[in-house]
Amino acid sequence: MNWEAVIGIECHVELKTQTKMFCGCPNEFGAEPNTNVCPVCLGMPGALPVPNRVAIEHMVRAGLAFGAEIPAFSKFDRKNYFYPDMPKDYQISQFDMPLTSGGEVKYWLDDGTMKSCRLTRIHLEEDTGKSSHAGSGDGRIAGSEYSLVDFNRAGVPLMECVSEPEIRSSQDAVAYLTSLRETLLQLDVSDVKMEEGSLRCDANVSIRPVGATELGTKTEIKNMNSFRSVQRAIDSEIRRQIETVEAGGRVVQETRGWDEARGETHSMRSKEEAHDYRYFPDPDLVPMELQGDDIERLRAGLAELPWQRFERLTGEYGLNVKQAGQLIDNARLAEYFDRVVTASRNPQQSTNFVLGDLSRLANESGVAVADSKASPDDIAELIAMVEAKTINSKIAKTLVERMWKGDGSPKAIVEREGLSQTSDPAAVETFVDDVLAANPNIVAEYRAGKTNVAGFLVGQIMKASRGKVDPALVNTVLKRKLE
Amino acid sequence: MGDFSIERGAADIARAVTAGSVSAADVVEAILSRVDAVDDAVGAYLTPLHDLARRTAANVDARIRTGERLPLAGVPLAVKDNMCLTGTRTTAGSKILEHWVAPYTATAVARLLHAGCVPIGKANLDEFAMGSSCENSALGVTRNPYDLVRVPGGSSGGSAAAVAALEATIALGSDTGGSIREPAAFCNLVGFKPTYGRVSRYGLIAFASSLDQIGPLTRSVEDAALTYDAMAGFDTMDATSVDREVEPSATALREDLRGLRIGLVRQFDTKLLGPEVDAAYRKAYDDLAACGAEIVEVSLPTADYGLATYYLIAPAECSSNLSRFDGVRYGLRVEAKDVQAMYEETRAAGFGPEVKRRILIGTHALSSGFYDAYYVRAQKARTLIARDFDKAFAGCDLIACPAASSPAFAFNAKSDPYSMYMMDYYTIPMSLAGLPALSVPCGWVTPPGGSVPMPLGLQLCAPQFAEPLLLGAAHAYERTTGHATQHSARVEAVSP
Amino acid sequence: MQSDSIDVRYVARLARIALTDEEVDRFSEQLGDLLHHVDALSELDTNIVAATAQVVESRNVTRSDERRPSLDRETVLEQAPRRQGNFFRVPRIIAE
Repeated sequence: MNWEAVIGIECHVELKTQTKMFCGCPNEFGAEPNTNVCPVCLGMPGALPVPNRVAIEHMVRAGLAFGAEIPAFSKFDRKNYFYPDMPKDYQISQFDMPLTSGGEVKYWLDDGTMKSCRLTRIHLEEDTGKSSHAGSGDGRIAGSEYSLVDFNRAGVPLMECVSEPEIRSSQDAVAYLTSLRETLLQLDVSDVKMEEGSLRCDANVSIRPVGATELGTKTEIKNMNSFRSVQRAIDSEIRRQIETVEAGGRVVQETRGWDEARGETHSMRSKEEAHDYRYFPDPDLVPMELQGDDIERLRAGLAELPWQRFERLTGEYGLNVKQAGQLIDNARLAEYFDRVVTASRNPQQSTNFVLGDLSRLANESGVAVADSKASPDDIAELIAMVEAKTINSKIAKTLVERMWKGDGSPKAIVEREGLSQTSDPAAVETFVDDVLAANPNIVAEYRAGKTNVAGFLVGQIMKASRGKVDPALVNTVLKRKLE
Repeated sequence: MGDFSIERGAADIARAVTAGSVSAADVVEAILSRVDAVDDAVGAYLTPLHDLARRTAANVDARIRTGERLPLAGVPLAVKDNMCLTGTRTTAGSKILEHWVAPYTATAVARLLHAGCVPIGKANLDEFAMGSSCENSALGVTRNPYDLVRVPGGSSGGSAAAVAALEATIALGSDTGGSIREPAAFCNLVGFKPTYGRVSRYGLIAFASSLDQIGPLTRSVEDAALTYDAMAGFDTMDATSVDREVEPSATALREDLRGLRIGLVRQFDTKLLGPEVDAAYRKAYDDLAACGAEIVEVSLPTADYGLATYYLIAPAECSSNLSRFDGVRYGLRVEAKDVQAMYEETRAAGFGPEVKRRILIGTHALSSGFYDAYYVRAQKARTLIARDFDKAFAGCDLIACPAASSPAFAFNAKSDPYSMYMMDYYTIPMSLAGLPALSVPCGWVTPPGGSVPMPLGLQLCAPQFAEPLLLGAAHAYERTTGHATQHSARVEAVSP
Repeated sequence: MQSDSIDVRYVARLARIALTDEEVDRFSEQLGDLLHHVDALSELDTNIVAATAQVVESRNVTRSDERRPSLDRETVLEQAPRRQGNFFRVPRIIAE
């Protein structure tokens, strides 16, 4: 039988703010344990939460970017359950009236195909503290003797983004996450770093026969700490489910942990006691009624989104997927690139210089292209000179290096040093005649039919002219003289 | 200091300290002597704060010398022990917080200290403010200064006893369903619960967040108004505090009730009062008329459902609010083999029976399958109750009714939880609607089996944010009747 | 409305309160009695009524994203029932 995977992704994203969601403690990664804490985020008696306006705006901007609906009314609810790293033993979250609902994430595959996955909702909540488990040898909770809790992370604003089960492969899952990540980076609402935990994701995976419409029993995969492990974990889980079913077994609804070292998922043996979270509206907080003009102000502040940029770069400008990816990964480089294209109106040459020469120099020097001394206008001027054949491509490469060092605009360098290309046929003929005279044997070989020696002669001519002659003109003149 | 009378009121003390005729230090020494003399018998304080009181008084005197104007300069203050005060033990009357020292100060307390108050001690209360007699305190017994075999009321029983026994001039209490008004009635005090959201709850250990409100207990309406004026107003630390200008109340005190219509609620059950108490209240309503008020009848068809509504909403919120007492970060912990057992043993040992009952019923009301039938229905009933008040206030300016179902009762008289809950029958509807309400002394009755007369409190209630009107009218009633100043019995009862 | 019964053992587990058998019996009776009283609410017609979670009509009360001082770590940890170094220590966590 042919099987199809059905995948939904649930992401927790820590929002990028100065302070936590409900108090003025710093929202920062890596501080000394239990230093970024106060009565509010420690859940001390009498302390009360007051929501961070910027976190709410981040949510709305993210919602707008994904085309979600921003309801006029939203509220915070309490999700009640006991856990040592949750200070109040309830989490302030959103139950039935999240800040955004619906929307979709558009993402692209390596072959340039665009796809999309609808979102169920994005809601705002507070992060928990962090427990480390001691006594189990491997730091895992299972078998540990006690745990140590650090509350620095408790109360950090957390966006939970839930997708519909519309993803069909691990590759698509990673592409979905990539687009989601790029979008949130571009919006500057999160650092989205999996290694620091500011992006955490779980995958809901089930299988069904191709063509079936009913959903199979799903498992929830946790503990994936890189995009690569997301891909591996989903593949492994799909395989496991197919093997289970084909061997006559049944998939059990459960939470499974991804074991990176062993390359497989394992049951987390949750006691399947139904959770009774007793959600109710948080009486310490008042509802949010988002006003139309506030939403429009936030919408107006949105820039081009990564998927839109991808479509523009690959469609309008003809970049390949890898080149487009480079620019989507690097917002400042993309902005630089756009300025070069705008000034030069030559996307092809802009790509060559920005992603070629300039990016190589940036790599070598450790200075970002956008911070270099070569301005987008200078690069556009250089492209214009190449187009006008004032200089050839070899000189252009040299000029890029000179501009990088801060030697000035390409025109200024060329004029100062007499580097402009010779297009005067008489001058070219002189160079050609000199080289032919100096290499009678080669000329003889050519005339004897070994026409590929012409390349050598062109090289000699270019060398003699110090690269200042137009190579196309050289070819024409040389051919005429030899035949 | 020998010439300072501890019976003087807050307004009077502040004027004297500001004028330099008495120092805050002298005032505080007199009050501390009183505490030392009578608190063994009364038990108002869980934690007296002699050192802090003396340091604060010296500081107030220094501030006065630099020319600062302090509306409550040198006024001795009792703080209910569910409000945080930096560096002081803050217990909420519970074993689970018996040794917890607050690392921050509640906004209301901070504002009163800023206004010149001197904290004398942390006052006893029913555990987590759940109760109507102070008997639910896990940490001490507080007695009614008018008759030591009787309860002071609750939950702000320690606050009421402290002010009534002259161990403080004013006190802060908190009121969720009557916890300021009922003990004020039991101790012949003015007890004022402002509109919900008028006084910041930041630093008040939450019982039921949508109902809790801090307010003063004082020996006069004027003192209540001064205290309220000094602490009311928006606080950036409490998202439910109301961002709306506070009109001063102390300057709105009236001498009569002419031009005011005062409504009596047709549906309130008066049978539970008994004939003698009922007669005393009828006399109080006549006194209101004698002050110039027009007495009208108003209808609150859902008032009778207040208690049922309250005993779903308040426990539901409390069940969640009290989850944080888990033995992890502060407070009591009973060690156990794993964290779940640690939670269960800690909370079993740390909470008293009334707190457990409310956590259990509240957890039930929110749990899967019961949420709509209990919690949501109660929130809808709350809407109806608030609407009824709106309609009633279309026909009157204030509503008058009893502040408690009886005068102060003897210890252990209410063994069945529900009979205790009935004490708040008249105060709960106002809490559910978030209305400002107060209790003002309205006479004395000798309870059945009692040996001395005990005070009664008249409850007055106004529309939201009409605090100046409410306090103004209460002042007129107080002036005219003089009940508030009849307190000789108290002084004798607790004379050392 | 619901019947007057309450599963005290289930609710106590959710609320993390250990109860003795005697307490289970007593609380079942007392709380059953209270539920009987609150059943009076079913007499009210609440079908078309909105629920009131809060009595004041405030909306959008938020704070600006500005830092406020955190607490001193020693002040925080010295109140911990059990600490280890700069952490709060808790007994073994059994996965839910």
